Amino acid sequence: MSALLTVEDLRITFPTRQGPSEVVRGVSFTLGRERLGIVGESGSGKSQTGRALLGLTPPPGTATAKRLEFDGIDLRSASPKQWRALRGGRMSMVMQDPKFSLNPVMTIGRQIMEALAFHGRSSRAEKKARAMAMLEAVQIRDPERVFRAYPHELSGGMGQRAMIAMMLVTEPDLLIADEPTSALDVTVQIEVLRILDALVTDRGMGLIFISHDLRLVASFCDRVLVMYAGRVVEELKASELDRAQHPYTQGLMNCLPKIDNDTRPLPTMTRDASWAL
Amino acid sequence: MSGATKTGGRSRALPFAWKAVKLLASVALTFLGLLFVTFLIGRVVPVDPVLSVVGDRASQAVYDRVYIELGLDKPLIQQFWIYLQKVFTGDFGDSFMTKRPILDDIMRVFPATLELATFGVILGTILGVPLGVLAAVKQGRLADQVVRVVGLIGYSAPIFWLGLLGLLIFYAKLGWVAGPGRIDISYEYDITPATGLLLIDSAMQGKWAAFGNIFSHIILPASLLGYFSMAYISRMTRSFMLNELAQEYVIAARVKGVPEWRIIWVHALRNAAVPLVTVIALSYAGLLEGSVLTETVFAWPGLGQYLTNSLQNADMNAVLGGTLVIGVVFVGLNLLSDLLYTLLDPRVRRRG
Repeated sequence: MSALLTVEDLRITFPTRQGPSEVVRGVSFTLGRERLGIVGESGSGKSQTGRALLGLTPPPGTATAKRLEFDGIDLRSASPKQWRALRGGRMSMVMQDPKFSLNPVMTIGRQIMEALAFHGRSSRAEKKARAMAMLEAVQIRDPERVFRAYPHELSGGMGQRAMIAMMLVTEPDLLIADEPTSALDVTVQIEVLRILDALVTDRGMGLIFISHDLRLVASFCDRVLVMYAGRVVEELKASELDRAQHPYTQGLMNCLPKIDNDTRPLPTMTRDASWAL
Repeated sequence: MSGATKTGGRSRALPFAWKAVKLLASVALTFLGLLFVTFLIGRVVPVDPVLSVVGDRASQAVYDRVYIELGLDKPLIQQFWIYLQKVFTGDFGDSFMTKRPILDDIMRVFPATLELATFGVILGTILGVPLGVLAAVKQGRLADQVVRVVGLIGYSAPIFWLGLLGLLIFYAKLGWVAGPGRIDISYEYDITPATGLLLIDSAMQGKWAAFGNIFSHIILPASLLGYFSMAYISRMTRSFMLNELAQEYVIAARVKGVPEWRIIWVHALRNAAVPLVTVIALSYAGLLEGSVLTETVFAWPGLGQYLTNSLQNADMNAVLGGTLVIGVVFVGLNLLSDLLYTLLDPRVRRRG
């Protein structure tokens, strides 16, 4: 499998009053057309890793890497113009909460069509047709209505489908899903995940699935990176999760409730200071 | 399953009409309250309306006759009712000073203020909004600092001082603009009053020499008011834009590969425009209520000057009439900004 994305020694630094603070400290991985999960608790640097891949590290933060290559393109030296062609066109990101990540004063249809507007030429009618087809692909039953709706008129699950439609309409090669279901009801989560999974598999995209939910990631991805305090502490196949070596991963595994036996008191994790070194 | 509410063409227009009706009802109520307050002010102030009419040397008999003529012997609530009837027939009473109906006086002075304030707020908006956006985009950098300092001077320097300074430099020293007043005497009778807005009247009648003269009179006070409102508008635009640019949907637009200019001017500004409408409307209302100081410095025959004169001469009918006009302007502009708000923000629109 040829690598779609190569990341070597990614570091993200934010200046603080106490001097620079490194929130991602040397993350390396490669991604083919597969589903890679990144798991970690909040503050572990998983979301910042995702954003850095799109060149969207929020200022004044800075991202550096020894290698950062997407399909042969060196992202570290990409011009703003190259970035704009890549973003939305070849790589894209589904964000956490559709309530905040959709523009409240623009209809869903316009927001989906806007993604097409800056990637290749097409007429308005073509754009609309593609947007409608995409809304159908995310299993929205009444695409015509949703196309004309404003974000606040949609439920969370619908909004997230619209978000997925907006981010996939340009048929990118790489999709970063940053906690795409964390803001949704549990019942809707599964539906949205199925839709996402089907689209990613059908179109042969690479997927980076960022989540704090180890069980979800394990059932959904091929490979899992476990992050702790800005570092990858363990990388394993999703199917071999129970063979985890690192005590942090083991701790996470132990947190999962088991239906058949009553675990009391609930296990707590004792964090070893050496994990963060 | 369906998460969306109806978005048919019908349901889009209907809540808007309904909202307009509700707004009009609330405007009517506000207006009534306004009338009541101005009426009470007229009764509370220590100015004897009879004395203003008869003078302080009139005999008691004359005084009493006028007292009854003015209806001051009737109960307060009845007086208010009479006042209401009069106001609705456009009768605000006569000015003690000019002996003319108040309405005529106000129709004469208000266009001067309207013209100046409108010119000012247009300047303030077309300068203030882009500067505010620029400051927000370049936050903390040189452009931002310059815009903020220029704005700070705008609303901390006294306007009469800036006015005098402006007159000294651009009129007295450089001679670039005409001096105080709306128009030179030599042109004054050239123009047949139609709208009362001299720029528009002269342009419609094709009197371009007069137009030029009027323009050179209005440009300095209008720039001053424009600067004043620009200071406020740019500051508010900056803060609204900073708020919008930090939103998640801005990142989502970047992820889509939308160019930065479009993110700023379409995505963020479109959202910032919603509260901005109110800011601009209020700033306009502030200018319209007669920028008393500016009108005094520039000898501008507008509402502010008229009210100041009336107040100094204890001409209560004129003061009340003028207060009412200002109140109506405020209510009207609030109504307008509410309606615009509804048009700009789909979330408000649907709530009805």
